[in-house]
Amino acid sequence: MDTQKYLKNVVTLEYDPALCIGCRLCIEVCPHNVFRMSGKKAEVVQRDRCIECGACEINCVTGALKVKQGVGCAAAVISGFLKGGEPTCDCGGSSSCC
Amino acid sequence: MDYSNLSLIRPPEIDSRWVLKDHLGALRVRFSMGRNRYRVKPGLYRLGRPGKDSEVIVTANYKLSFDVVRRSLDGLDAWILVLETYGINVWCAAGKGTFGTDELIRQVKGSQLSLYVSHNRLIVPQLGAPGVSAHKVKEATAFSVKFGPVRSNDIREYLAAGYKKSEEVRSVQFTLKDRLLLAPVEVANSLKYLLVLVLFFIALSGLNSAGYSFELMWREGLKAALYLLVAYFSGALLAPLLLPVLPFRYFGGKGLVAGLSIFAVLAFLGPIEIPILALLGWFLISGAISSFLTMNFTGASTYTSLSGVRKEMRLFVPLQIAMAFIGLTSVVISKFV
Repeated sequence: MDTQKYLKNVVTLEYDPALCIGCRLCIEVCPHNVFRMSGKKAEVVQRDRCIECGACEINCVTGALKVKQGVGCAAAVISGFLKGGEPTCDCGGSSSCC
Repeated sequence: MDYSNLSLIRPPEIDSRWVLKDHLGALRVRFSMGRNRYRVKPGLYRLGRPGKDSEVIVTANYKLSFDVVRRSLDGLDAWILVLETYGINVWCAAGKGTFGTDELIRQVKGSQLSLYVSHNRLIVPQLGAPGVSAHKVKEATAFSVKFGPVRSNDIREYLAAGYKKSEEVRSVQFTLKDRLLLAPVEVANSLKYLLVLVLFFIALSGLNSAGYSFELMWREGLKAALYLLVAYFSGALLAPLLLPVLPFRYFGGKGLVAGLSIFAVLAFLGPIEIPILALLGWFLISGAISSFLTMNFTGASTYTSLSGVRKEMRLFVPLQIAMAFIGLTSVVISKFV
């Protein structure tokens, strides 16, 4: 059973194939198999599975990948809203997110 | 004389086996007790009898992470490099950046790792990648980061295959077992809010058109407590467990369906004799509570994005508030008509 599908067309992932040097690191780090190789370059095949973890962006030497890194956690969004600032996984070690 | 090597001390020796204390500790943190104090000291450790060619496995200083890693490496000789993540697991610490490029560089240099090994490989858990930039680590330390598998159980296979991972080994899952382990944490976390709600509704239950009745408070209050408890378990336990089979992709939608269904079943089956207005009110309140709690399970899940959660909150938080408000108003009005 496929349990891994969240909302469609929401993520901030952007990819510029012109900058890709085919190092494959995005494929190695992506936990949801968003990418695959197509010839000598990476290709985005399952964009809606992206969870915006940011692993591909910080490991992309040429900056071909851009994504606004964040945590998919409602409690973090609420605490970010209450305290001001960006949502972080800072639940003081008391929640299952962190 | 050359004293430059005097700082080279033998890193502490560790065992792959778990003793009773490790098992009890793991059980305790699964139920959300003392999680942020469950730590090991950062630095370099020896597992078995590692030598110059042995692999360096990097992990976080959350003791459960450390324990799971050493257990999975049973029979292997390896160096374990523990980063200071303040007792947070690899994945969450990577999101915050504490399991990150700078800390990895600091530990590689601080532990004088290059004196213990003659190769330049660091096996970093794949889930640490959101915090670790392989090319920056290489620049600063000459060590080459290899992103290993997601789960430590796959490390041996990964090493045996010459640092290669199958699609499955690279993938984050969210199995029934994962949800069974995570749901109790959520249940425990919001318990204090449940208690406040129960007390509020018990106090409210005594109200009637003749003033205040303590007899009514107990009789109606216990019913209210039962509804709240059911809504709570629907949202924090039932919906998370049934996640893949509930309709909607929105977690809030899944929780809503679970909460409304459970209350409907309860209302049909149970010997509930309450005014229709109160029944309707509790129906809405149950849905709102269950929806909210399941929405909060997005944090425990492994496949939600911030953009997605924001979208669902824009939709469901107003709905939850409206349902709770109309529900509460209905319940209160029903006491006076």
